[in-house]
Amino acid sequence: MTTTENSPEARYAGDTRTVTLRVNGQEVTREVPTRTTLADFLRDDLDLVSVHLGCEHGVCGCCTVLLDGGSVRSCLMLAVQAQGHEIETVESLSADQNNLHPIQEAFAEEQGLQCGFCTPAMVLRTKEILADGQERTDDEVRHEISGILCRCTGYQNIINAVQNAGRKLRCGGAGGCGSAHDEAKGA
Amino acid sequence: MKPPKFMYCDPDTVEDAIALKSRYGHDSLVLAGGQSLMPMLNMRLANPDVLIDINGISDLKRITRTGEVLEIGAGVRQSELETDAAVADAVPLLGKVVPYIGHIENRHRGTVGGSLAHADAAAELPCAAITLDATVVVQGPSGRREIAARDFFEGFMTNACAPDELVVAVRFPVASAASGSAFVEVARREGDFALAAAAAVAEVGTDGRFTALSIGVAGIAATPVRATVVEEALVGQAATAENIAAAAKRIADRVTAGDDLHATGTYRKHLAATVVKRAVVAAVADAQNRSNGS
Ligand code: FES
Ligand code: FES
Repeated sequence: MTTTENSPEARYAGDTRTVTLRVNGQEVTREVPTRTTLADFLRDDLDLVSVHLGCEHGVCGCCTVLLDGGSVRSCLMLAVQAQGHEIETVESLSADQNNLHPIQEAFAEEQGLQCGFCTPAMVLRTKEILADGQERTDDEVRHEISGILCRCTGYQNIINAVQNAGRKLRCGGAGGCGSAHDEAKGA
Repeated sequence: MKPPKFMYCDPDTVEDAIALKSRYGHDSLVLAGGQSLMPMLNMRLANPDVLIDINGISDLKRITRTGEVLEIGAGVRQSELETDAAVADAVPLLGKVVPYIGHIENRHRGTVGGSLAHADAAAELPCAAITLDATVVVQGPSGRREIAARDFFEGFMTNACAPDELVVAVRFPVASAASGSAFVEVARREGDFALAAAAAVAEVGTDGRFTALSIGVAGIAATPVRATVVEEALVGQAATAENIAAAAKRIADRVTAGDDLHATGTYRKHLAATVVKRAVVAAVADAQNRSNGS
């Protein structure tokens, strides 16, 4: 490391970088300032405005996205750190409001949202936790969604929505055997 | 709420990261999982000239067991410790401590080395490290050195690394088969920093007396604290709830945290004794379960 050319920072010049990543199933290549957060990149460069910024310092969880399938706070990552990774936002679940994803249906049916600010994060986190196909108690769900603050609902309807979504997914998606469950519930 | 400008460097090797640290010293900051540093950057409480992102260094991401030592690379994500079978088998306390670090969204990014280097006195991993007599491995331009966890946390958010050194790994002794462990934390809300937390590892002989005991406490002073006074009072004594409760009260003298927004100093003293008592009782129960199970 005697010459500047060989110094470790020689290749770090410049305030921007080209990043290539997969977002909602599509490969994306963009030039980004190195100090841009992943949240701002998704919102401002890719128009994925479901990524909500409540606090921008890691407290509220409303900016949650799935990074390689695991939930992360996108305000606490730089866009350049997503190089080569797979990002999922709630836009990936359904592009058509008449044909919602079972998790979205469940949130609508249970009124698991009021203002909707925390909802994209809650829906993505629900997708992540329900991947194991297990039933869960109120307490378990309450614990699992504890990283996302909701200012409106008092959480109970979100918990109902997560459980409802779990039933739908175990039955193979929307519609499925939903009516049978509704009968069982009423009985 | 946007990070300030910095020169962003993402070295592939530990050597390159150290070369950058040597050159820029206090003008640089190391970005590991980002769960503490990114908020500081967003709020511009941190304003480094150079940001050294170590997430791309694959050498820091290994978990290896060599004989009676479990070595965890600094870049291993905290969430991995919750699911890794080798970790659960070698050092069961870690799996009990890690779920209390923030929320899962934080643990998916947060790293083992980042939490240790950050040296927050209320944080869980530093508390586990002193309880387990872990060794922190740091590397600088002249090579590696090992620092006992007890000596690593020097003061409020201050560790024993030189400006040109990087935390590269932490070594935990593999737990003895006869020991039991437990972690107890009280926080205002789930995922918040601990008002007080205690980790305990206990061994109890066939006569029902403690043969070994180590206790670490978080949230009560400028660094995590070993509850040596409680350990000394109990080793050799019968592992009864009364003895444990009486000895646990001695931790109150070590509480230096005063009144703040979250709790009064008096309440923290009370809480410290309570979490120590509960952690030791639970560690004893765990030791008995493990020996009955085997
Ligand atoms: S905006 Fe990211 S956690 Fe609040
Ligand atoms: S619905 Fe308003 S924040 Fe949750």
